[in-house]
Amino acid sequence: MIRFVLNGEEVTVADAPPATMLLPWLRERAGLTGTKEGCAEGDCGACTVALGEVIGTHLRWRAVNACILFLGAVHGKALLTVEGVAEPDGTLHPVQRALVEQHGSQCGFCTPGFVMTLFTHWWRRGSTDRDSLDELLAGNLCRCTGYRPIVEAARVMASLPGGDRHRAEEPALVARLRAIGAPLAGGFVAPHQLDALAEHLAAHPDALLVAGATDAGLWVTKELQLFDHVVSLMDVAELRRIDVQDDTLWVGAAATYTDLLPAADAHWPAFGRMLRRLGSELIRNSGTLGGNLGSASPIGDALPVLLALDATLTLRHGGERRTVGIDDFFLDYKRTALRPGEFVERIGLPLRPVALHVEKIAKRFDQDISAVLLATALRHDGEIISAARIGVGGMAATPKRALAAEAALVGTSLEDSSFNRAASALTAEFQPLTDMRASAAYRLEAAAACLVKAGRAAMGRPLELPVTPLEAPA
Amino acid sequence: MSRAGAARAHDSAVKHVTGAARYVDDVPEAKGLLHAAIGLSTCAAGTITTMDLESVRTAPGVRAVVAAADVPGVNDIGPVFHDEPVFAAERVDYWGQALFAVAADTMDEARRAARLGRVDVVPEPPILTVRDALARESFVLPPHTMRRGDAPDALARAPRRLLCEIEMGGQDHFYLEGQIAMALPGEDGALTVYSSTQHPTEVQHKVAEVLALPAAAITVEVRRMGGGFGGKETQGNIVAVAACLLARRTGRPVKLRLDRDTDMELTGKRHDFWNRYEVGFDDTGRILALDAELAARCGLSADLSAAICDRAMCHTDNAYYLPAARIHSHRCRTHTVSNTAFRGFGGPQGMLGAELYVDEVARELGLDPLDVRKRNLYGGPGRDVTPYHMTIEDNVLPELVDELETSCRYRTRRRAIDAWNAAEPYAKRGIALTPVKFGISFTVTHLNQAGALLHVYQDGSIHLNHGGTEMGQGLFTKVAQIVAEVFDVPVDWVRLTPTNTGKVPNTSPTAASSGTDLNGMAARQAALTLRERLAAFVADLHQADAAEVTFRDGELLVRGNRLSFAEAARRAYRARVQLSSTGFYKTPKIHYDREAGRGRPFFYFAYGVACAEVVVDTLTGEHRTTRVDILHDVGRSLNPAIDRGQIEGGFVQGMGWLTAEELWWNDQGRLMTHAPATYKIPTARDVPEAFDVRLWERGRNVEETIHRSKAVGEPPLMLAISVFMALRDAIAAVRPGPGARPRLDAPATPERVLGSINELRARP
Repeated sequence: MIRFVLNGEEVTVADAPPATMLLPWLRERAGLTGTKEGCAEGDCGACTVALGEVIGTHLRWRAVNACILFLGAVHGKALLTVEGVAEPDGTLHPVQRALVEQHGSQCGFCTPGFVMTLFTHWWRRGSTDRDSLDELLAGNLCRCTGYRPIVEAARVMASLPGGDRHRAEEPALVARLRAIGAPLAGGFVAPHQLDALAEHLAAHPDALLVAGATDAGLWVTKELQLFDHVVSLMDVAELRRIDVQDDTLWVGAAATYTDLLPAADAHWPAFGRMLRRLGSELIRNSGTLGGNLGSASPIGDALPVLLALDATLTLRHGGERRTVGIDDFFLDYKRTALRPGEFVERIGLPLRPVALHVEKIAKRFDQDISAVLLATALRHDGEIISAARIGVGGMAATPKRALAAEAALVGTSLEDSSFNRAASALTAEFQPLTDMRASAAYRLEAAAACLVKAGRAAMGRPLELPVTPLEAPA
Repeated sequence: MSRAGAARAHDSAVKHVTGAARYVDDVPEAKGLLHAAIGLSTCAAGTITTMDLESVRTAPGVRAVVAAADVPGVNDIGPVFHDEPVFAAERVDYWGQALFAVAADTMDEARRAARLGRVDVVPEPPILTVRDALARESFVLPPHTMRRGDAPDALARAPRRLLCEIEMGGQDHFYLEGQIAMALPGEDGALTVYSSTQHPTEVQHKVAEVLALPAAAITVEVRRMGGGFGGKETQGNIVAVAACLLARRTGRPVKLRLDRDTDMELTGKRHDFWNRYEVGFDDTGRILALDAELAARCGLSADLSAAICDRAMCHTDNAYYLPAARIHSHRCRTHTVSNTAFRGFGGPQGMLGAELYVDEVARELGLDPLDVRKRNLYGGPGRDVTPYHMTIEDNVLPELVDELETSCRYRTRRRAIDAWNAAEPYAKRGIALTPVKFGISFTVTHLNQAGALLHVYQDGSIHLNHGGTEMGQGLFTKVAQIVAEVFDVPVDWVRLTPTNTGKVPNTSPTAASSGTDLNGMAARQAALTLRERLAAFVADLHQADAAEVTFRDGELLVRGNRLSFAEAARRAYRARVQLSSTGFYKTPKIHYDREAGRGRPFFYFAYGVACAEVVVDTLTGEHRTTRVDILHDVGRSLNPAIDRGQIEGGFVQGMGWLTAEELWWNDQGRLMTHAPATYKIPTARDVPEAFDVRLWERGRNVEETIHRSKAVGEPPLMLAISVFMALRDAIAAVRPGPGARPRLDAPATPERVLGSINELRARP
């Protein structure tokens, strides 16, 4: 039985098939039609809802895409939809008032999603500088307004009165969520204990294993695949942990990208910057490094970074663990070293003194899938490059190291000519595809350019595109 | 009280932010409702040999399947020309074409079943591109030519000539609410259809024709759409028709909501064009002659392509006087989805070309493109006749251009950018200031009409209905403001009601930016009729003349007597005064002889100017728009907040078309960008923080439009051409000096920009 608190009311769902998605359940079963379907793949944000989890003594609201969230993933959590934001007497929440006053809606179909994303930002008293707001809103598409009034609403909402009810209700909501103790079992299994998860998967190797389900959700909504047995990692606290041991940053397989951001920023700012372009806030609130590895897509954005950082993976099967280096993990297109019933438990990122540089090429800056992603980790002793690992995405059937380019760099001096030569080597060692994201020729040229940029960054003379005009309007 | 001219919020704003605004999929489902899905072709071109739908029929939950053979009336949904089947019968003509529709107990069951059809096709090599179609002489309609003066002769005599060309991609509407219709069977074959459509009357007609029913049996209702942008002018037809066929077959209510991928594969988009120009000009950059050849990809059928291509021709001048012009247009037939209306309706494709050839002339001569643009703007007598022989009577562009040039400090910034580019090898900046002149009226003259229906009830509340549809553009808000102004009552006394073919018949599509111009006038007429009746009645009560009655703040005043509006209505009813009226409007002055290419197809023009600044990464082709300044003429604004929203939203949509939104077909003719994962519309970050949008304060329509306002839906989209021209400017900076004319196609993705840079650098 799935139990959660929906807009302040406790809900028990006993009859939902395991692969029920939250959005159709909300619209068709709960009668809450304010949340919309725009794409059913987590790209447009019309279905955004706020998911509340207890962290310590507090409730943490995060905006997620309801279209690709399994209903079972809501078990034990609080859910707020657009219908639950205003006061019961109809008084608008500051987020809603700001949108109305700034003329932030036209057709209105995307608006409930914006309300929910903005609500989570209001809740955490998030920053209102433009860069933060662009990052916040990247997962919510609006086709009518051109965004300016929505960004304006986001800027002013914190200064409007109201919304106190939500803060006042927090302690009671936390207590109610704590009372929903038992892990979810049945067709949708969400164990709390790591051992229980491992045992269950070993016994049921054919079950669909999901973390944030930002990829697997599409198998249901787009491919119409049937799953009668779904196992979620997300309720295993150990798998959501991020900590440092033995000069390694260990990231639990179910830690979301959002959870990972502070550590990434602290150790590899370039990784942090790249993560902010991976999916959107909504995707990063669900998606995980473990899921990215499990999907093993050649265009999974985090994977070239794991290659460059020489990640170590702890794989788990039943009671057994083994360690596999990232170089040995990707076997072929979407095929990995994982055996049936085995899963990624945690990812180890060695805290070596490397200079990491990441370049992502896509048609759109935010929330786009890479045409090319290139992650370069360099070490140099003085002016001589002593070590180089280059992870490349979008250039082959798997995320792959650019071994020839690495070899061309190691032992050379830190100067443009070295990187130009390495870029030539890189161009020679890949045969990318032409598809809707880019032609093969462009992928090669862009990848080479990314490597040249990595060199300039290592030399302390980065090539960064300015984003402000020479002169701002008066 | 906020009336015409006030920056009132959208009538549904509070409902939008609370989730209370109902779209078709949110209407409570009737008992026994079935869900439908459409089976699509997986081949771009070929002859159907067998269509085995047995496995569809026997799939779990399926209640009915309909294909071409099950159509009781005409198997056609073509809006103008009858060349587009509801369901493919003998052959398929694009990948994603509808083959059949299925109704099942649940949407999931319907969608699963729709994938089970076994259809065998003998494939043919598909014609996919404009170039393919031209080579194979494949056309949906005959070519069309406009002529003014003797262009070949003027070209031959021009001191300078150049050739230029551009390919510009199409654009998916990406309305957030996908296509949807819900059909409810009634008595005697009647059907009520809730449809997300910009053209309820056409849905009514198409359903009637396909089901062989009289139009009077069909009622179509639309409260609101979750975006339209032209994509719901004709493209909702097939959805509504399929739902009605299944409702008729089963006798049960049927809802058909396309999933995003089906929507993007099945329904039409903006036409992509390949335009070629030969321009004759003098050493100052003044254009003497133009020979233009436009070729549009129409897809499998004509749909609205005739009018769209005509509008592209009518905007091949954009804002520029062409002493001699020949404009030739090809309407190419391809094995791709039938392209359709999209905000601008061919205008953008014509105008992008116009800005291109002017830009090319400037670069050929090494002049600032703004100077060449200004030199060629329409002017007074002698320089005020278009290639379709219409004299322009309302040109305000010289003033607008000057005003923006000064206010955005174009000259200073131009110098700063040139200096910056000279010092910076890696990144290049560009700037461009471009004008928009957009003709307002349907070029199909008879569409320029509208009706409205107004009731005043005994409590004084006002029920407003008109033929326009609300898709987010704020039409309902503006028309309510117009009606409230007539009675001088608070706007919220005016109840907005869903567009319904049973209330106002024979409506035109809400399109061509005309919604407010037409429906606002019709509603005003209805309101004036009722005001006259009320005034006459109240005047009678006090032995006064009707002209002595004034309506003020919800009251009627006459000779020192005051009567509330409600009381006046109640008494008028008891005195047997009719409190219901229709209103009707048709646009005056317009006429057009299409064959001769002569006349006045447009009542007036809407104008605007934009200045965009960009920066380009010369290593990867990535780019950002860093600043945009817009000055736009909406005449006397009916609602500055809504108008500004249209300008900003239109601009950003245009920017998406020209920079990022790429439709990509594989070599078998399958559209591979059929969802937002692969089709990228702008996000918040793509809109520069430095985004200054102003309505032109002196704006006033010289024609007698509703409160002297101007249409605003489409024109701002084309302000985004400034971004594309700024990109060309930045690219040209890799090779400064005269003659640096970059070859750049749209959309200017990083790949195209880099290709353009490389090509320019590699020239001898």
